[in-house]
Amino acid sequence: MATGHVTKRAKYKTTIKDPGTPGTLRMNLEKILFVPHNPKSAIKLDVEFRYIKGQKHTKEGSNKPPWLNLTNNQNGSFIFEFENYSDLQGCRDFVGKVLAKSGEVSEKSSVAYPDEQLSAAEMEIRIKLLQEDSELQKLHKQFVLSGVLTEAEFWATRKKLQDREASKKKKQRLGFKSAMISDIKPSADGRTNKVTFNLTPEIILQIFAEKPAVHRAFLSYVPNKMSERNFWTKYFRAEYLHSTKNSIAAAAEAAEDEELAVFLKQDDILASEARRKIRRVDPTLDMEADEGDDYTHLPDHGLFRDGNKGMEESQNELYKRTLSQDINRHAAVVLEGRAVDLELEDTKAVAEALAQSKRESSNKGESDGDTTRERLDRLSRMTEIEDLQGSNTLPLAPLCIKDPRDYFDSQQANALGTSGDELSGTEQIKCSLSIPEVYGSLRASISSIKAMGLNEPIVKPEVAHQVFDALTYSISNTKHNIGKNSQESVLDRLPRKTKEDLLHHWTSILELLKHFWASYPITTSYLYAKVNRLKDAMSNIYPQLEALDAAIQHYEASMQKRSTQSGEKPNGYV
Amino acid sequence: MASAPSKLYADDVSLVVVLLDTNLFFWSSSSVSFSQFLSQVLAFLNAILTLNQLNQVVVIATGYNSCDYIFDSALDLNRGIENGRMPAMSSSLLQKLEKFLIKDEQLSKEEPEGRIKSSLFSGSLSMSLCYMQRVFRSGALHPHPRILCLQGSPDGPEQYVAIMNAIFSAQRSKVPIDSCYIGAQNSAFLQQASYITGGVHHKPQNLDGLFQYLMTIFATDLHSRSFIHLPKSVGVDFRASCFCHKNTIDMGYICSVCLSIFCKHQKKCSTCGSVFGQAQSEVASASDKKRKTPET
Repeated sequence: MATGHVTKRAKYKTTIKDPGTPGTLRMNLEKILFVPHNPKSAIKLDVEFRYIKGQKHTKEGSNKPPWLNLTNNQNGSFIFEFENYSDLQGCRDFVGKVLAKSGEVSEKSSVAYPDEQLSAAEMEIRIKLLQEDSELQKLHKQFVLSGVLTEAEFWATRKKLQDREASKKKKQRLGFKSAMISDIKPSADGRTNKVTFNLTPEIILQIFAEKPAVHRAFLSYVPNKMSERNFWTKYFRAEYLHSTKNSIAAAAEAAEDEELAVFLKQDDILASEARRKIRRVDPTLDMEADEGDDYTHLPDHGLFRDGNKGMEESQNELYKRTLSQDINRHAAVVLEGRAVDLELEDTKAVAEALAQSKRESSNKGESDGDTTRERLDRLSRMTEIEDLQGSNTLPLAPLCIKDPRDYFDSQQANALGTSGDELSGTEQIKCSLSIPEVYGSLRASISSIKAMGLNEPIVKPEVAHQVFDALTYSISNTKHNIGKNSQESVLDRLPRKTKEDLLHHWTSILELLKHFWASYPITTSYLYAKVNRLKDAMSNIYPQLEALDAAIQHYEASMQKRSTQSGEKPNGYV
Repeated sequence: MASAPSKLYADDVSLVVVLLDTNLFFWSSSSVSFSQFLSQVLAFLNAILTLNQLNQVVVIATGYNSCDYIFDSALDLNRGIENGRMPAMSSSLLQKLEKFLIKDEQLSKEEPEGRIKSSLFSGSLSMSLCYMQRVFRSGALHPHPRILCLQGSPDGPEQYVAIMNAIFSAQRSKVPIDSCYIGAQNSAFLQQASYITGGVHHKPQNLDGLFQYLMTIFATDLHSRSFIHLPKSVGVDFRASCFCHKNTIDMGYICSVCLSIFCKHQKKCSTCGSVFGQAQSEVASASDKKRKTPET
């Protein structure tokens, strides 16, 4: 921006009818200040740009005075009347720039880093990425703006994102329009019986691409034999004749005017190209008929018969052009794509550019010897007869890929207390008796059972009751904690805001840790300073996490209370 | 191989193969006495048989030196003498158990000190799977079988490979393995078995009420498990033992061809024979290590 502020004389109106208070309007990057000339006047305006949502202004060509209307967030508006339109223009541009800037995140701070040479394109990519991904934007705001991480560090780990974004840009070429040129509607002037065609270079390019004979005629006739205007007049005359489908008249006019005849004849360039293409058709093309090609069940085998075929006038054949030819040619050109990419100003340039590109493409196709050899190669490979080959007897086993989440989900509570027992599991069982004695004691127990029968009762009622209670409690508890099905995670049962906070904390902690561990080993003082900054940022997160924890506890307690109050029965008892 | 008829158990008939741990070393030092345990188990087996007329129970004893079939309810049609003090089928079971213990004692030999006194769990698991194969191929209508392991002895790491093979073949035949561990510590093998095959694993807290545990959790037939909530194990201990020394390890080396586990760097895999490359240095080889379970 050239200047950081604008000062203009203006009148401030609260409504349209208000005559306006004359004063000075000062705008800088942060806010708008309006000071009336009359110090006694009560109207003074001091609005920050943050609150300005948009702007409207009166048109220059109209009879209205130059007004600028700034709308703010609460749908109020501030109307300023300027002395002339150039003032209005200046203010408008300034406001526009400031508004555009406020929509982008921290462009200012990223410009201020001198050690990073950023091109405008990279800047744009970063801004676009930030705008698209709100998570990224939050992280960026949290760390870069508060100075914990520098811009360079933040983006250093995100190179892949940036590359992907860059490669997405503008790789597509604009193609031709699908609408056909013959749809160009001229403007007809009823009084003077004139018809005016508007030709743009775009249209001309398309005409030349579709009709190479016209292109060739243009290159040879203009400007030697006729002017461009004449050329196009004749062209459109020919088009008109075609559209009337009056081949006799066409033949008559062609006989008179040889240039017109060029337009009326069949396009011989196209014809020769088509012949060449036919010769080069791939014989391995699979032309297998399918149901769509079934014509035997249509009435008349799909042929359209009309009553009288009529006599074809052979000499006028040359001047006939069917709609299907036009459509096919147009479609072929659109699919081929645009050969010329530049912005072209006039017809001559268009014609020459197109001719140039055609020459290049024909030069490329000149190495015909190679292409025919390649074709023959491919032919021999594709015409293999499969019956004559040996059978492929590789045994196949169906692939069974287990969901890795099963493994990781089941690990979730390994910390919950199975830990203590593992190490002592290898302890031996202390056995004080010798082997025969042990066997003897076992057999003695068996004999005692045989003699006395089973315990009476098998299990004491209190013990059974206790066991039953404990089991029921643990089953309903795990259901409560882990969820009804394994797909439901603990996170889904929290309110949305808490869940978002939790996830945001997680991503920010990950980011900090990533940068923290990346700075080890600490070899420079820059890294040391960075590590300290990260450490401070990490310790700041702890109180936030505690608050989150309290919120979650509170939420769960209220859920518990609510579920017991509503008399919900555990375990789905009916 | 005839695989399981259908995974949708429409019938509530069960065929339970119970693997009874008769490891003397365990029982001699356990808090619960063998007779108490046995009586609760006998009552439980009888209860299963009464749940449905078509239910079948097979008991295999897991001894210290050998394993054997002790009881098959389908064969034991002679109900024995009902003497009012115990279920009718128990007498034949007890007799066979006694005979088994005598045989087991005869097979025992001097063991070097320091070996973990584990029972031959892999043996009895394999025997039960063979029994099930026989049932599958018999062609008669049979209920879908499941295995119930009543184990107290600790895991023997030397049996790791055999047990894992048995578990995977049970998984393949869609046979759930339930396990009830009555020992002091946790059994990684049982947890893995139940997890992989889709069975229930539980470690009862109160061994006096073992019968109640058995009835509540393990008597449920496979069809009812779709709507009866059984205690879910919160975590599974996926530790493995190394193939070379049979030690339980958390971190080790894995052959990338056959996935055998080794505790030390080897030049050549002993299972599949593939040759491993040179480890550059200790630091570089640290990247080859694979974590099996998260650090606790």
